[in-house]
Amino acid sequence: MSSSLNPSSITGAKRWLIAGVLLAVVVSMFSAQFNRYYLGILVDIGINIILAVSLNLINGHTGQFSLGHAGFMAVGGYTAAKISLVISPMLPPALQPLIFLFALLAGGGLAALAGFGVGVPSLRLRGDYLAIVTLGFGEIIRVVVQNMESVGAASGLKGIPKYTTLGWTFGLAAVTIYFVSALVNSTYGRGFIAVSDDEVAASSMGINPVRYKVTAFVTGAFFAGIAGGLYAHHKQFLSPTGFDFLKSIDIVVMVILGGMGRTAGVVVAAIILTLLPEVLRQFSEYRMIIYSLLIIVLMMARPQGLFTWNRKKGGAPA
Amino acid sequence: MDWLLQQLINGLALGSIYALIALGYTMVYGVLRFINFAHADVLMLGAYAAYFLAPAVSTVFPLPSLTGALIVTLLSVMICTGIGILIEFLAYRPLRQRPRLTVLITAIGVSLLIEFTCQHEAVFGADTKPFPQLLPVHDFNIGGLVIGSNDLVVVVTTLVLLAALWFIVQRTKMGTAMRAVSFNQQAAALMGININRIISFTFGLGSALAAIAGILYALKAPGIDPLMGVQPGLRAFIAAVLGGIGNLPGAALGGLLLGLLETFAGGISGLSNYRDGIAFAILILILLFKPAGLLGKASVEKV
Repeated sequence: MSSSLNPSSITGAKRWLIAGVLLAVVVSMFSAQFNRYYLGILVDIGINIILAVSLNLINGHTGQFSLGHAGFMAVGGYTAAKISLVISPMLPPALQPLIFLFALLAGGGLAALAGFGVGVPSLRLRGDYLAIVTLGFGEIIRVVVQNMESVGAASGLKGIPKYTTLGWTFGLAAVTIYFVSALVNSTYGRGFIAVSDDEVAASSMGINPVRYKVTAFVTGAFFAGIAGGLYAHHKQFLSPTGFDFLKSIDIVVMVILGGMGRTAGVVVAAIILTLLPEVLRQFSEYRMIIYSLLIIVLMMARPQGLFTWNRKKGGAPA
Repeated sequence: MDWLLQQLINGLALGSIYALIALGYTMVYGVLRFINFAHADVLMLGAYAAYFLAPAVSTVFPLPSLTGALIVTLLSVMICTGIGILIEFLAYRPLRQRPRLTVLITAIGVSLLIEFTCQHEAVFGADTKPFPQLLPVHDFNIGGLVIGSNDLVVVVTTLVLLAALWFIVQRTKMGTAMRAVSFNQQAAALMGININRIISFTFGLGSALAAIAGILYALKAPGIDPLMGVQPGLRAFIAAVLGGIGNLPGAALGGLLLGLLETFAGGISGLSNYRDGIAFAILILILLFKPAGLLGKASVEKV
């Protein structure tokens, strides 16, 4: 028996990956029996987990502050949707998973490229400046998409094939969680936390903050792009207004609530914050008021997040 | 030529409003080193205050008239000054010693709270309301150029306020204390300056300017709604960065430049659809090539 199959040698992150993928496969086998409404919410949860975990790499582990995650999601979503809209009629339906995978990867890739574009200016910026630049980046993406006739401009992109299933969503969510936590917990990945704790000290220890920041942005953007692709093939309709500032705020709140840099907490927060609006449907007009109050109260009372207990140093770095 | 001059006038009027808002951002940044996201919402509240006050005031001083407009503006300024000081007291003061990012996130929270509370049916409602006419409108026609009286009012008001602000900051005791606090908070406290009072004063001053900017903006806009502050607020913030954040003349200059650029870009067909993106593109370019802004001084981080 090879040592890698010995359960005790499987690290925490790998266990999560295996459990997640298995769960995804098993659940998707039975997904036909689920109520469509609940199925939709489950997929929403999976997508939000990917978004929150990937933003957590940038905002939590690396200590940057991005307000443009919806922009990356838009890049990935539109790219993936356009690809499958163009390619899928040309190929036999049997190749559908392959097309989907290709579309998702292409969307993620382009989003990663955009992440590189944002990451590079971030080398010289920190804190609030970076927040504004990422916010601006998200706005620029939205304005560009709104004026692009080939993706439906302001009226939106319709008729995207419904490829997203529970299996895809949770499989990819598990991969995201695994990738991010394995990355951060690796020897290399300690650098992210070092950059977040003290950039000057980190660079004097031989860590290149620039490289880590760009890596965080590119990786985070890649997974946000994947989430965008899943979202596009789940809702089957994309419009530029769906990727505005508030969508970015949604994801930021998940990360803050879960505790910056706490992957498990962020996953729980993503689940709660996706379910909350569904449960409180009759109070939907108060949803955003509650959201904003939640941000303020959290920042005053528990800046380290709701689900953080065992980390001494709480909150975001200065 | 006419087109150029016409755009110049429009750009100056728009830029003046941006300049007024940018001053508020830059002053708060100067003393507290964070972006007060709620500033844009104080602007909106200023416009709404004027909207609700106008009918009441017009029973005494019929509107549109100069006296009436001045009284409405003065009352909204007082309300917004109070709101600005209150926001600082309730939301930012408890976080004074916390990391800047915490304060920044709180500021976003405060901004969203104001916006969504105001959008609720029971408060203002999300619909656009027509802004009352506070001033008599007259278009001056000078050799083919059309100059609206509102544009003139905007530019003149801004100039007066800039002069007043310059006087407050440079010539009064309060202004000296403000500059001291923004230079070095601890040292200022050691010199016997009441930091909390100065910060409250700064918020009040910035909010007063925001209220006036809100009313001026509403005079030119087709109507007011709870999200009216967001776009000018973002532009004004960019203007503040463009001029060098923390630098008062820089904010005014940045506002004017941004207003002009945007108006000219909006006048060119093909570019006009991208108006919303242009300001941000400028911001990213500035931050890449001259992060300290046009008039700001580059600072080196010392350990």
